[in-house]
Amino acid sequence: MQKILIIGATSAIAEATARLWAIRGDALFLVGRKADRLEAIAADLRVRGAASVACHTMDACDTHAHATMLEAAERALGGLDVALIAHGSLPDQKACEASVELTLKEIDNNGLSVIALATRLGERFEKQGRGSLAVISSVAGDRGRQSNYVYGAAKGMVSLFLQGLRNRLAKQGIQVLTIKPGFVDTPMTTAFPKGLLWAKPEDIASGIVQAVDKGRDEVYLPGFWRLIMLIIRHVPEIIFKRLSL
Amino acid sequence: MTLRSWGQLPARPAAEERWWNDRAASLPGIAGTMLAYGNGRSYGDVGLNSGATLLHTRGMDRFIAFDEANGVLTCEAGVLLSEILDVFVPRGWFLPVTPGTRFVTVGGAIANDVHSKNHHRAGTFGCHVRRFELLRSDGSRRICSPHEHADWFAATIGGLGLTGLITWVELALKRIPGVGIAVENTRFCGLDEFFALNAEAEARHEYTVAWIDCLADTPRGIFMAGDHAQGRGLVMAAKRPLSFPLTPPLSLVNGLTLRAFNQAYYHRPLPAQTVMPYAPYFYPLDGLLHWNRLYGRQGFYQYQFVLPMAARAALDDILRSIAASGQGSFLAVLKTFGDLSSPGLLSFPMPGVTLALDFPNRGAATLALFDRLDAIVSVAGGRLYAAKDARMSGEFFRRAYPHLDEFLPFIDAKFSSDFARRVLP
Repeated sequence: MQKILIIGATSAIAEATARLWAIRGDALFLVGRKADRLEAIAADLRVRGAASVACHTMDACDTHAHATMLEAAERALGGLDVALIAHGSLPDQKACEASVELTLKEIDNNGLSVIALATRLGERFEKQGRGSLAVISSVAGDRGRQSNYVYGAAKGMVSLFLQGLRNRLAKQGIQVLTIKPGFVDTPMTTAFPKGLLWAKPEDIASGIVQAVDKGRDEVYLPGFWRLIMLIIRHVPEIIFKRLSL
Repeated sequence: MTLRSWGQLPARPAAEERWWNDRAASLPGIAGTMLAYGNGRSYGDVGLNSGATLLHTRGMDRFIAFDEANGVLTCEAGVLLSEILDVFVPRGWFLPVTPGTRFVTVGGAIANDVHSKNHHRAGTFGCHVRRFELLRSDGSRRICSPHEHADWFAATIGGLGLTGLITWVELALKRIPGVGIAVENTRFCGLDEFFALNAEAEARHEYTVAWIDCLADTPRGIFMAGDHAQGRGLVMAAKRPLSFPLTPPLSLVNGLTLRAFNQAYYHRPLPAQTVMPYAPYFYPLDGLLHWNRLYGRQGFYQYQFVLPMAARAALDDILRSIAASGQGSFLAVLKTFGDLSSPGLLSFPMPGVTLALDFPNRGAATLALFDRLDAIVSVAGGRLYAAKDARMSGEFFRRAYPHLDEFLPFIDAKFSSDFARRVLP
């Protein structure tokens, strides 16, 4: 049985991942903004077989609340083996372009709040000398594109931060996993027409569980995104800037 | 994404699809009508609402509680039967009634009051529903059971989603001794032989069903009786089912492929007795995802009727009409219903014999065949299954479902479907 903390537990990917852990009989601590949604998910995970499920209400952007949340998680779980940071929002790029406030708010939610949490969790795992920190970043963080560069900038910052954190903590055998999903069919993306590249949250979830189990550093989910992003990253800027991606 | 029905018949899309994942949320205040759309396994148009709103309820897929002592499961209405099986079969529980695919939602199973191969012992799905919550467009929420709001309970079971939105359900699972099914296979030739086999098998076996070759001169088939088997040896391999990748321009099911398939299927080596995993016994087609694409871009119809036992002789006429037409399907399923009454006002089963067949959509020729079959079914006092239907006349439906007038007052004015607009008065 693993003791697992999930931040942003009401997100579709996080919930699907929690279900896989619940079936295995792991103990779960769910963090999110909406108490009633968390409770509904917790009841579901208990029926599926989780050893225990506790909930904690917190806005991830409220960095002052992070320490209290971590203490509560450790107390409820009786330790901490795995932490999954999964909260986020998909900004309206056009609206961000017209609003500095909105741009900074999205950077805060998708970037800074994640870094604040990863900092504390990294410290925590370093102290106990083991642990797995898994963070949902995005393929959008691999290169800035006109259609979503506010989101991309925040995720790119997260990916880079995790790279450094991994470099620091690897020596103690602590896993830092950067998860880069491509297009996922979730409530966050209902507005988009769906094509072949779209994956289901359950598929992403099983990729996450496997990557944590295998101690991986970075995963693209589904895996073909590694190739797509390899190509996208290597298009020369002089050409890239003329594309409408 | 355009939500379609399983038959993939050409239909006008919904104007709006809303992802629905919160059972506590209020229904949207919209100008037009709405309808719950679960997993899209209804064949015809009971799950469609052209030009209006569909509430895509697959997001409401959470378990709520489970009582290990008596097997009572409470879950949201968008949970798939396959998800229930995945979680509870390893713990020794099974669905009390399961239709021929496990990829339907609990809400859909109630709205169509589905049946199984154990109808002679267990009745319909609705017989095992203890309670559910019904959310109406006026904002009211009712807990419905055989004892509480019993009239709403009877209207909503088999009510084709027209009485409001089912948000959560309390369902009684049943204990099983193991994960396998002990199956007895018997070839038969002629309907008399089928009925004799069936009468004997129903007394001894929990599940009975027959595959029938609808193109043979004398109807022939394979009778499959089953029971839950002891032991935990048959653990299902967690492999991904195959998927039929694309829709061919023309149906791959035609007179030629059909005769060849039926010939081979009838004569394939068949053990008289075997123990098999439950999935291929109950869900032979679930192993090939998107098998409905086989029928091509024009889609297909399923025709399922029931005849009262006293009028079973009409089955001969029907099979002759089908064989003469040269149209028909790989999996024609023949089964008798027992006399356990269904809880729903519009439930399909009645004591008698039911046959389900798929037909590629060949336009007027197919529809003309159905009209001929309707005439025979109607004279015999039988009826068609709304979950499969896309074309029966309103007049036939209204005549064949005697409790329709009792049902009508329970329809929510903000709920509608293509089926409702087609057949209801």
